Amino acid sequence: MTEEILRVRGLRKRFPGVVALDGVDFDLRPGEVHVLLGENGAGKSTLIKMLSGAYHPDEGTIYVDGRETAIRTAEDAQHLGIATIYQEFNLVPQLTVAENLMLGRPPRRFGIVDKKAMYRHAGELLDRVGVDADPRAPLESLGIARMQMVEIAKALGLRARVLIMDEPTAVLTTSEVERLFTIVRQLKRQGVAIVFITHHLEEIAQIGDRVTVLRDGASVAEVPADTPEDELVRLMVGRSIEQQYPRERSTQGAPLLEVRNLTREGVFEDVSFEVRAGEVVGLAGLVGAGRTEVVRAIFGADPYDSGEVLVDGRPLPRGKVTAAMEAGLGLVPEDRKGQGLVLGANIRENLGLVTMRRATKAGFVDRAGQAKAAARVAEQLGVRMSGLGQEVRTLSGGNQQKVVIGKWLLADAKVLILDEPTRGIDVGAKVEIYQLINSLTATGHAVLMISSDLPEVLGMSDRLLVMARGRLAGELSAAEATQDSVMALAVGELEETA
Amino acid sequence: MTTGTLRLRKGSAVLSENGSLLGLVVLVVALTLLSGDFLTVTNLLNVGVQAAVTAILAFGQTFVIITSGIDLSVGAVAALSAVVLAWTATSHGMPWPLATGFALIVGIACGLVNGVLITYGKLPPFIATLAMQGVARGLGLVISQGSPIALPDSVSHLGDTIGSYLPVPVIVMIVMGVITAVVLNRTYSGRAMYAIGGNEEAARLSGIKVTRQKLVTYALAGGFAAVAGIVLASRLASAQPQAAAGYELDAIAAVVIGGASLSGGKGKALGTFVGALILAVLRNGLNLLSVSAFWQQVVIGVVIALAVLLDTLRRRQAR
Repeated sequence: MTEEILRVRGLRKRFPGVVALDGVDFDLRPGEVHVLLGENGAGKSTLIKMLSGAYHPDEGTIYVDGRETAIRTAEDAQHLGIATIYQEFNLVPQLTVAENLMLGRPPRRFGIVDKKAMYRHAGELLDRVGVDADPRAPLESLGIARMQMVEIAKALGLRARVLIMDEPTAVLTTSEVERLFTIVRQLKRQGVAIVFITHHLEEIAQIGDRVTVLRDGASVAEVPADTPEDELVRLMVGRSIEQQYPRERSTQGAPLLEVRNLTREGVFEDVSFEVRAGEVVGLAGLVGAGRTEVVRAIFGADPYDSGEVLVDGRPLPRGKVTAAMEAGLGLVPEDRKGQGLVLGANIRENLGLVTMRRATKAGFVDRAGQAKAAARVAEQLGVRMSGLGQEVRTLSGGNQQKVVIGKWLLADAKVLILDEPTRGIDVGAKVEIYQLINSLTATGHAVLMISSDLPEVLGMSDRLLVMARGRLAGELSAAEATQDSVMALAVGELEETA
Repeated sequence: MTTGTLRLRKGSAVLSENGSLLGLVVLVVALTLLSGDFLTVTNLLNVGVQAAVTAILAFGQTFVIITSGIDLSVGAVAALSAVVLAWTATSHGMPWPLATGFALIVGIACGLVNGVLITYGKLPPFIATLAMQGVARGLGLVISQGSPIALPDSVSHLGDTIGSYLPVPVIVMIVMGVITAVVLNRTYSGRAMYAIGGNEEAARLSGIKVTRQKLVTYALAGGFAAVAGIVLASRLASAQPQAAAGYELDAIAAVVIGGASLSGGKGKALGTFVGALILAVLRNGLNLLSVSAFWQQVVIGVVIALAVLLDTLRRRQAR
């Protein structure tokens, strides 16, 4: 019992009008990876915010090293050796790696920063997580994966014994995830206890020891990490999801989107494909293969050098979002908050962004009509909200994504381009989005879907295109496509050129 | 979690919409108690006239601030437009409607130049409009050769009263305020301003022509500045090239006191109106209480800081 570094009993937290945590038990031993699993809104973030001193429980007890402890502030958490790595890093991009590692506590001699000691100490910390980065380099010159490593190294520099990682793999490529896992295993051996949050079920068995499942603010089960995925999903949603990828194939019609020899120097080259009415075409590949760049160019958001894009047989002018929209294209961008939504505006306004132009007569927007249309589509998508006037900032990830998709439904886009449509959203909302894709194709729309989630892109696509290094590496029918065949194409060309 | 925070948010939204209004009411009640001269029709109309120029500039500034921009040139553009009006009406003998139209066009043109520098030139709004401040102020001095130009009688009637009690500047202020509210709430450009200020990339990817809408925004601010300049000149019966110096800061203060956010996406015509009234009532009240002009500046500075501080605190509570 006393070997536990952290023990939580009966934690409850109420926010005005709502219970965020409703009885959570959780414990953590040194040298283990304890996975926290739950849908968005299940209470994971509330729990980790309590462990890091941002929120205070209304009821319940936190024991650290067997002693009842109150974690009132972030400093308290730091003194106890609890460090949290959020998805948005607490780093300053313009400063050097070393300065970031010792943010707020640089080594000093006579009041002046001792740069030599700083770089030496930074080097040691970086070695400890095994990341190859120059302590003198500005942080922003590192990719997101190495920034994350720097964040981990920084936590170790603060003598963290408990490391809480909030969806660390969401932003990483497959090979980067491997590197992260290597480091996590290393930390385990050093006796660090790790709380690991992920939406990727397959990662649980790879890296975890135990899993605590949260549902509706309560801990509902504690199971070993090798529990089958179906069982985990059932625990998480409280019901079994019959089929994770309920693709219903529909009859295909004429090509709606044709891309011919699309090239942008140094970014992508000679990309040609078509998407037919009623078809879902998946665009698979590693992060950085050029998939997002291609679809942005098709949509007119970025320029391209040569090639052609046709919608319904008619060529689109280059670099004109409005022309692409009028022709019937819609883009749900990969960065929901940064590119898809006006976070401070409400649901009605966000849903109306695309159709506002059409609803304008002599400069005046038909706001009543806009509101009616927004109400209809919000209902159709099952957006869980208090009303159309709710700020989208306060919606969960899945509901935010429904709003982004909804604005294109209102515009009745014939070809919908979805860039990582289910990233960071919970299982229930994912299935709802898949069903939406089904109903779109059933009514003769075409869908082009980028996804780095292999099971998803395999499960939902009628045809798969695989990109590698800015080129189309191959095309696979739904029957041919397997995780292995897709990965072979995605990395194959990498090895060839390496 | 959602319904609770929502209820709280709704409550705070009502408060923050009426927060500055509440401040204004408190101010009026306090001044009524402190000075017998405050709550009289003559004095209140006087306050209205004093508020008019700032309020009109602030309405124009509201568009810009909603798109998360800033316009430091409005004071100078107002002065330039006034000088152009007086110059064309006197030395060129233009009839006053034509001269007024010409002054408006100059204001709009200055705004468009700002817009072009910001969109095509990719200058930060702060820099582009700071440069325009210098250029407009300088051109006004060049045209007027540095001295005030008296307005012909036909033009200075604009500063008079209708039916010998309702001052024209107050009417113009209210008309411009209504135009601002209609543009922001009902027109495509107005709605696009909120979207651009809230998230420019999302607006662009939703098919809003960001460049064009920003040009409209800065042109509106320039046009409003010209109107403010004309009102100011007609009140003084002369166009002064040095007039309205520093008024852009009053205008920004009025917008911010009115609840807009400098980071964009938020702001309302009514809020700006209340903000401008608070500044004018405060100045008027301090005068009535014979507070020295030096201390007045201190008080106004404190009020600006307090207004924004309260707003920030209220928003933090809502989180």
